Amino acid sequence: MSLVRDDVEKIAHLARLAVNGDELDSVAAGLSDILQMVEQMSSVDTAGVTPMAHPLHMTQPLRPDRVTEENRRDLFQSIAPQTEDGLYLVPKVIE
Amino acid sequence: MHNKSISELASGLRAGEFSSVELVQHYLGRIGSLDKGLNSFITVCGERAMAQARAADEQLASGVTGPLTGIPIAQKDIFCTQGVKTSCGSRMLDSFISPYDATVVSKLQAAGAVTLGKANMDEFAMGSSNETSWYGPVKNPWDTDKVPGGSSGGSAAAVAARLCAAATGTDTGGSIRQPAAFCGITGLKPTYGRVSRYGMIAFASSLDQGGPMTRSAEDAALMLQVMAGVDNRDSTSVDEPVPDYSVTLGDDLDGLRIGLPKEYFDAGLDAEVAASIDLAIAEYKKLGAEVVEITLPNTALAVPTYYVVAPAECSSNLARFDGVRYGHRCDDPKDLEDLYKRSRSEGFGAEVKRRILIGTYALSAGYYDAYYLKAQQIRHLISDDFKRAFERVDVIMGPTTPSTAFGIGEKADDPVTMYLSDIYTIAVNLAGLPGMSIPVQPVSGRPVGLQLIGNYFAEAKLLNVAHRLQQATEWHLAAPDGFE
Amino acid sequence: MQWETVIGLEIHAQLATNSKIFSGASIAFGAEPNTQACNVDLGMPGVLPVLNEEVVRMAVKFGAAIGAELGQRSVFARKNYFYPDLPKGYQISQFELPIVGLGEVDIVLDDGSVKPIGVTRAHLEEDAGKSLHEDFHGMTGIDLNRAGTPLLEIVSEPDMRSAKEAVAYAKVVHQIVQYIGICDGNMQEGSFRVDANVSVRPKGQKEFGTRAELKNINSFRFIEKAINIEVERQIDVIEAGGKVVQETRLYDADRDETRSMRSKEEANDYRYFPDPDLLPVEFDDAFVAAVTADMPELPEAKCKRFSEQYGFGAKDAVALIASRELADYFEAVAKSSGDAKLSANWVMGDLSGALNRDGKSITESPLAAEMLGGLIQRILDNTISGKIAKQVFEAMWNGEGSVDEIIEAKGLKQITDSGAIEQIVDEVIAANPQQVENYRSAEEQKRGKMLGFFVGQVMKASNGKANPQQVNELLKQKL
Repeated sequence: MSLVRDDVEKIAHLARLAVNGDELDSVAAGLSDILQMVEQMSSVDTAGVTPMAHPLHMTQPLRPDRVTEENRRDLFQSIAPQTEDGLYLVPKVIE
Repeated sequence: MHNKSISELASGLRAGEFSSVELVQHYLGRIGSLDKGLNSFITVCGERAMAQARAADEQLASGVTGPLTGIPIAQKDIFCTQGVKTSCGSRMLDSFISPYDATVVSKLQAAGAVTLGKANMDEFAMGSSNETSWYGPVKNPWDTDKVPGGSSGGSAAAVAARLCAAATGTDTGGSIRQPAAFCGITGLKPTYGRVSRYGMIAFASSLDQGGPMTRSAEDAALMLQVMAGVDNRDSTSVDEPVPDYSVTLGDDLDGLRIGLPKEYFDAGLDAEVAASIDLAIAEYKKLGAEVVEITLPNTALAVPTYYVVAPAECSSNLARFDGVRYGHRCDDPKDLEDLYKRSRSEGFGAEVKRRILIGTYALSAGYYDAYYLKAQQIRHLISDDFKRAFERVDVIMGPTTPSTAFGIGEKADDPVTMYLSDIYTIAVNLAGLPGMSIPVQPVSGRPVGLQLIGNYFAEAKLLNVAHRLQQATEWHLAAPDGFE
Repeated sequence: MQWETVIGLEIHAQLATNSKIFSGASIAFGAEPNTQACNVDLGMPGVLPVLNEEVVRMAVKFGAAIGAELGQRSVFARKNYFYPDLPKGYQISQFELPIVGLGEVDIVLDDGSVKPIGVTRAHLEEDAGKSLHEDFHGMTGIDLNRAGTPLLEIVSEPDMRSAKEAVAYAKVVHQIVQYIGICDGNMQEGSFRVDANVSVRPKGQKEFGTRAELKNINSFRFIEKAINIEVERQIDVIEAGGKVVQETRLYDADRDETRSMRSKEEANDYRYFPDPDLLPVEFDDAFVAAVTADMPELPEAKCKRFSEQYGFGAKDAVALIASRELADYFEAVAKSSGDAKLSANWVMGDLSGALNRDGKSITESPLAAEMLGGLIQRILDNTISGKIAKQVFEAMWNGEGSVDEIIEAKGLKQITDSGAIEQIVDEVIAANPQQVENYRSAEEQKRGKMLGFFVGQVMKASNGKANPQQVNELLKQKL
């Protein structure tokens, strides 16, 4: 599988990464090299093999429904790029 | 003082031979004079460490101490440490003062350990050479033209150079074991779920695992004792009792069945490294072990599988770095998309972006089955290989890496070659097994790592096996020139 | 051309827990911005989700209530997209293996017939935060208090054929989630949100038309309006030779129109995959049994029982079971009064009127059910008449005391002493000779109506306290 410029543009947008026009070809080539290495997987017959999402066969532990966290807004917002009146600010969202 | 083991330091502290303040000052002094050439620390917490040392001395005086009271350690900069910059080796988090402690950090602190600083690492733990760090590469103390390995390269170099008594690391595809091998130290990646991931900045959640990096198995046992255990803040941590790792260290190895996977000794392995591994195996035979050849037939698929699973998870895990609540934000974003794209593109380095893109692609519509699902299936096959092997053997051994440390810049422009150098370590993460690297006979003055792979939760066995070799040989005691 | 409307609903019910689905932060409504967003909710580096056990119980309860297949193994998945109110860049939801599988609820149509509506699935997920678009120097403010609030997304089959049916279905689901106590149902506060997938097709055609998803509908009335307006729009588009575009549209109640949300449309490739931070949720039959052990009587069953036990018609029964609290209140009144019919009249009449007037819910009623039951008892034992009872009710509503205290204090006790009534009757007869004359000369069948005049006079003279039956009898005798 090799990627072309359009593929890179599409996935870069999905990942919200800026890839300049003049980098597109080299990025596409670099990613294609990796995908080519990954292609080895297709030589294996995996029909009927259960996908393994976790190393251990465990089930989800559950937490009691209790409020354990207190307000630490000042601390959390002390490292925020831009806040006002307790809100995080971002460029205007158009809906 | 800096050549003493943790238990020697602990008894020296308790006996009043030296204070924690003196010990910490000594280490801070070494960092100050020796780390310029290594770059193993991103942040040195001088004042904070001194305050912790003073508190430790008070505890020592009162007799109420923890297992690591007053012992100076380094934390890989992937572990969130409240009030301290936690950068994860990235420009993205250069301004991130963590508002909370990782479970590993709070456990070590509660045990009395003093944090000297935050160790350098590959950016977001993505790398095998420590060259992807925003804070510059770390140099290997054995040969400063060589890489220390990665991603826990700063931790490995700092331990090898005696700039701390021990360090923490994390291992997603070999990031504890490979730098341990390159730097001639002992590194243990526990079973997935043995050590809490809470507060350990995620790279690939189903593979990441924290563990100790030390100068001996004995020290590793003491560190793991504190780090291990179930955590109700990490759903994937395992509620399995933590045994006393120190008491079984000296158990004899009579009848131990060692499996040597033939795939780990193929043409890709450097002949001199192979010879060092053989030498170590011969020592084990002397200690009463039996050696069995085994096969892990899907070994060659581990790297391809990993480079789907890990990037897929990372592409999602790293989506939170968006310039809104913390971390790098670009100047004057003109709109929301600009904020996202510029902040992320400026904040992340090339390797991180490469993996995010690969992972995004592998999960995207139309490709999920061919890549992600396929990789999860092969992951199962790889895991089954080990399951079968452990029906016949107690521990699997082989080289940690195909060669000794490579040169800085040597593989930087060739990601695929770099990825393939993790061929022996990656399958262990996919299966979730514990793995360890311990130093054996060096090649031309460069360390070589012997990898030990155990069954699930067999950390005590691995530490025991490693310790017995370290009792019988002196490879692990060697210090790099200039750092003795 | 004849058009047929096809509607499926996606309902987000906010689960009435104390804490969030994956963190220990509070979900209380109305807190200062970002004061209920902990490091997990904020998606700080390194944090991990841990599932709240109550949400699992609540989802299972809902599944049991609609007779659904319960996914005894369900998996959380990440839905990846960037939005400022989504702190991690992904929403933790369920995709392939939801906790609740196929189920069904019945709606009653206008003609009284029952129509089953399929529920495809219900899955657990976390809510996002809120974007505030007021002017912060041209920027948007983000409040993440709501981020991580537990939601049960209930997805219906495209089984509804009119806006009315959609409303009926939404109301039934609304009623069920409140009955089983998993959601407060408050639509204004966004605890119960309805998105409608609407399409049209020529009557008789099998294939579905292209659908639009309507969002931002926050009342039952608006569900009907939004769907109808969207159906009209789609028919107009098609009849003008155009094509309906699959998209998300926002309902604007002020303008009564739907409009495209293009910003949400671009390239939505959500890249779902199992969340590696969470493990499969598994539960067994014993868990289901334990959860459903304290399951209350559901609306449908209660409605049936009310009809049978109390002999109510369908309409009365439906009205009385509108909410569990109302039904419980009614039953308590009926029990303490001993007369279900009269109790129903009072609950649906004077009590509901007073609650409405004062903007109170049944649980805020100043009259406990036993107090209203006591009042009805006094009617039944002839202490007061129905008319006087209304006066007593008002006094009780205003907190003037118990039924007997008020009757006593205001001297409202019915006069049953025949001597006293006779005296008033005599006075009334004496004071109205002309009417007496007319009555006596009237034909038998006309007298009934004429008697009313005298009854009225007697009641007036007794301040309404005379027992009407005795008054009637005495008047007949004396006239």
